[in-house]
Amino acid sequence: MNDVTYPKLLEIATRIRQHVILMVYHARSGHPGGPFSAADYNTVLWWKYLRMQPENPDWSQRDRWVLSNGHCSALYYALLAEKGVIPMSVLPTFRSSGSPLQGHPNRLKVPGVEASTGSLGQGVPVAHGIAMGARRRGWGDVRVFCNVGDGELQEGIVWEAIMAAGHFKSDNLFLLVDCNDAQIDGKVSDVMGIEPLAEKFRSFGWWVWDADGHDFMRIDHLFREAFHAPPGKPRALIFHTQMMYPIKPFMNDPAWHGKPPSKEETVLILQAMGEDRDPDELIELYRKED
Amino acid sequence: MRNWEQLLIREGFADGLLEACDTYSRVLVCDADLAASTLTRRVAERFPDRFIDFGIAEQGMLATAAGLALTGWRPFVTSYAMFVAGRAWEIARQQLSYGECGVVVVGAHCGVTVGKDGPTHQCCEDLALMRILPNMTVVVPADYYQMRKVVMDAAGRSIPYYFRMGREAFPVVTSPDDEWQLGRADVLEEGEDLSLVACGQMVSVALDAADTLRERGIRARVVNMHTIKPLDVETLEICAQTGPILTVEEHMAAGGLGSVVAEWNVGRRQPVPMSIIGVEDRYMESGSPTEMLEKAGLTPERVSEQAELLLRG
Repeated sequence: MNDVTYPKLLEIATRIRQHVILMVYHARSGHPGGPFSAADYNTVLWWKYLRMQPENPDWSQRDRWVLSNGHCSALYYALLAEKGVIPMSVLPTFRSSGSPLQGHPNRLKVPGVEASTGSLGQGVPVAHGIAMGARRRGWGDVRVFCNVGDGELQEGIVWEAIMAAGHFKSDNLFLLVDCNDAQIDGKVSDVMGIEPLAEKFRSFGWWVWDADGHDFMRIDHLFREAFHAPPGKPRALIFHTQMMYPIKPFMNDPAWHGKPPSKEETVLILQAMGEDRDPDELIELYRKED
Repeated sequence: MRNWEQLLIREGFADGLLEACDTYSRVLVCDADLAASTLTRRVAERFPDRFIDFGIAEQGMLATAAGLALTGWRPFVTSYAMFVAGRAWEIARQQLSYGECGVVVVGAHCGVTVGKDGPTHQCCEDLALMRILPNMTVVVPADYYQMRKVVMDAAGRSIPYYFRMGREAFPVVTSPDDEWQLGRADVLEEGEDLSLVACGQMVSVALDAADTLRERGIRARVVNMHTIKPLDVETLEICAQTGPILTVEEHMAAGGLGSVVAEWNVGRRQPVPMSIIGVEDRYMESGSPTEMLEKAGLTPERVSEQAELLLRG
């Protein structure tokens, strides 16, 4: 699993983005921006390092991945479908009545979803609790990864958890910070600045690294460093990303945080990623897949 | 007034936790810098590896406990009711109620009898906040002995669970041998004129009021409705067939035990007359526990007067 090539990872990340945009397009509702910024580094993690058994999502020794910014649920569902944990055929039901794919992930409805999130900030302490609980159970190999948005770091509860994780030396906790510098009301730096972020983490007793979140080689290197850092500290991985990457006309526009694309925009996004088929035709193909 | 034996309900909590830690290897106890006050310090001393102090961070503590529950632990999360049920409410809503993480939330120093700390700490809203949540179990142990049984009950289950306890020593109304069952109210006295339905520290107040009423020729049934949710409608039905119902709680008159009973009552084909005694729509003030109970009208005298008014129609 560890030897997945970067071109192969790019292929997977592209498919993840296609699933995301088609889900949000078809539902006429949802959040494409965050999933696009977080797709690359999470693809590296999920396909190179995350220990899981897709056929047995409740395996106790699995690594956990918690989506603290639960509005990026389309990313979660795309990752799970691409891994074979949930069927592709369920993706077109995203955000519709009767679907397990709620607007924000519900752990009781979707196999592989570790925590019910969506109320920003809570995923971080929940992930820390899982990390503490696994350690106390003697599950020494279990690592807990928590994806968190940069705007989300404005929530106070996040810092309660960051303080606690540093205090308890929870070195099996990995925070993946998606720094796309965009939130609903504008740029994070304009709305409520969070910098200097790395210094903040360090002062709370964390190891911290940062990298371009769209450079597979740098991402991969960063994960390896994080896995091999000395024990005794939780780990923060800061990824500098761009909302709606790599769709140039739409990048860096905070409006894409929670905007469903029109059909024309969907076609443009798909074409930019090398997919020329009609979006509605692609939705029909999902329905036929297992 | 009866000559009640008085015990700290917090002692029952601590003794119950020690027994639970002995019995169940999955029990953890979390506190937010109040271990000396909630008495969870006893757990820290005897089972140091089963106790976690999160510092003064109730929201983070409750959400972290949800994660602990997801790895098979049974965390008891303790702080003052105002903070663990009030401040951290939305985490209880998202992670315990909606996410069904099996955490036990314990609200200490509830009600007006916190006394001198004043309204900032006198939590009279916790039952309303917790019982409104789907999947939540809500219990108000009446005394030391009942508290021990409730702790063991909560420790043995995996569902989200809330119970509360006051700060002061209060009358013991049950005995060590009494059976306790979740969702099954205790009928402490039978009576055929009306029913006094109380919870927590107000059970002894109701019993004292029943004595007064008996002297005036009125026979009141006294029910310890320790479980607010799920509600014991069978016992309430027996009460309704008897006559009027008067509820008594150390909580806002809105939203707690009285509201739960009233909601059930209006669903009956023929609702019975009822009245709710609790803290009216206001904040109290600093003062002794006894003064606060008197000012809030949570006394046997007020209960017996209200019972007579209710019977007169």
